Amino acid sequence: MLELNGITAGYDRRAPVFRGARLTLAPGESVGLLGPSGCGKSTLARVAALLHRPDAGRYVLDGTEIRAWRHRAPRELRTAVGVVFQQPRTAADPRLTLADLIAEPLRATGRGAEAAARVADLAPTVGLTPELLSRRPHAVSDGQLQRACLARALSLRPRWLICDEMTAMLDASTTAALVAAVETYRAGTGAGLLAVGHDRVLLERWCDRTVEWKDCLTGGDER
Amino acid sequence: MTGNVLRALEAVTAERAGTALLSVRGLTVRFRLSGGRTVDAVSDADLDLVPGECLALVGESGCGKSVLASALLGLLPANAETTGTALLAGPDGTGPTDLLAAGEKTLARTVRGRRVGLVPQSPAAHLTPVRTVRAHLEETVRALTGVPRRERRARAEEAAERAAFPATHLDRHPHELSGGLAQRAATALALIGDARLLLADEPTTGLDRDLVDRTADELRRHVDEGRALLLITHDLAAAERIADRVAVMYAGRIVETAPAHRFFGPAGPRHPYARGLLDALPERAFTPIPGMPPELTALPDGCAFAPRCPRATDLCGTRPEPRAAVACHHPEHPRA
Repeated sequence: MLELNGITAGYDRRAPVFRGARLTLAPGESVGLLGPSGCGKSTLARVAALLHRPDAGRYVLDGTEIRAWRHRAPRELRTAVGVVFQQPRTAADPRLTLADLIAEPLRATGRGAEAAARVADLAPTVGLTPELLSRRPHAVSDGQLQRACLARALSLRPRWLICDEMTAMLDASTTAALVAAVETYRAGTGAGLLAVGHDRVLLERWCDRTVEWKDCLTGGDER
Repeated sequence: MTGNVLRALEAVTAERAGTALLSVRGLTVRFRLSGGRTVDAVSDADLDLVPGECLALVGESGCGKSVLASALLGLLPANAETTGTALLAGPDGTGPTDLLAAGEKTLARTVRGRRVGLVPQSPAAHLTPVRTVRAHLEETVRALTGVPRRERRARAEEAAERAAFPATHLDRHPHELSGGLAQRAATALALIGDARLLLADEPTTGLDRDLVDRTADELRRHVDEGRALLLITHDLAAAERIADRVAVMYAGRIVETAPAHRFFGPAGPRHPYARGLLDALPERAFTPIPGMPPELTALPDGCAFAPRCPRATDLCGTRPEPRAAVACHHPEHPRA
């Protein structure tokens, strides 16, 4: 279960972006969160990904209440959630090859020995060739870089995946390919998904159910 | 297809070229890289655009769409080699200008902003962050028109109104604008020179669906006033909304040009790549085209799409010449 309750968050305590948001995902469930740009849905996604400490509210992930965010969060919780952002360029270290980019979470958690095998496993599932894996971000397209960012998010086999506008910059075919890669991973692992976006047609096709941002705020029962 | 039909189609193409505002033939752009490698960004592109028409140029990112637009405005970096012609009809019956052969002085003084307006990708980055929208507009009025100083303010306000930019926001800086308003500010700037040809390079990227629709409809309004619009986009929904014709680009080549109603309608496109693009949409089959586009540094001799194509045969090892606006050895039959 991923349970967000009464979450108030923002970048200035006196003027939070939103107050009292709630959202619940059952284990293995995929939920699309729909809202216009600037509404705060990405901030809620960052809270869910343990990347942004909320000002108030309760977040319970698989039965454990979250009390620390970012680097303070215990490793077993941090690695339970994988994240893919909208802009692959700003989410990728330009000095790393795509192979190193995908392996970085493994190395950062002391599992560098598994890296080569895991990268070799993941690359074909996101459609990356060995030649592309040897390149650095400046030498690949946005779509190819986003494929690497998805593989990176999957490298630690997270139980939850948060995709914040993962395909907003991409063309139709790359979008369909990335969504298929996410769904293949979920079918194999039973992982849950929170997909945040503004493309209703896409999220309704992709997810088990969709939730309107305004219904998260009114505390309306979305179950 | 019979010879008669082909000849009739060619006649239509020739007639279109005769009345065209922009007529591009054999446009090829290569970039020379260090180590003797070349990037074949655009190969042998033909297209025509008449006043009051919107042509959408669609394709995956990195297929050469934006390079084509930059070539038309002379905005390519120094290592680019451009061949072909791009004739832009002259104002009031004067002779056409070849945009590819024109020097920087001609392009800067008579073409950019005056005869070709550019609606840029990511307007927030296009605007100067330290100046207000009004200052942008007045500067552009001064640079492009002979309007005396005391009338500039009024002209700037008119320009804002034409692009539906609210007068209440004229004194704001770019960071104080939403994505949609920044887009309108950039469009207002593109319209000041009263250019008959508009180039819009991914004008809807990153906007939400309502804003995409509004931005597209506003661009269409300018087309209906008699301008010609080359809409470069990977957003097929935006193209379907406003385009009269669709040109599909793959690996630097235009592989199919079709009327929008046929392309998006039950008949569908005929090139397997164009079909694949449409089938990838979530409102359709939502299945990706297998594989990825080839590298523009190592294009195959034959059809560049053959390695991903379900219909490919040995014949596809040779390059298909366009026949009836489709460059494919095995085009699909119309579905309806």
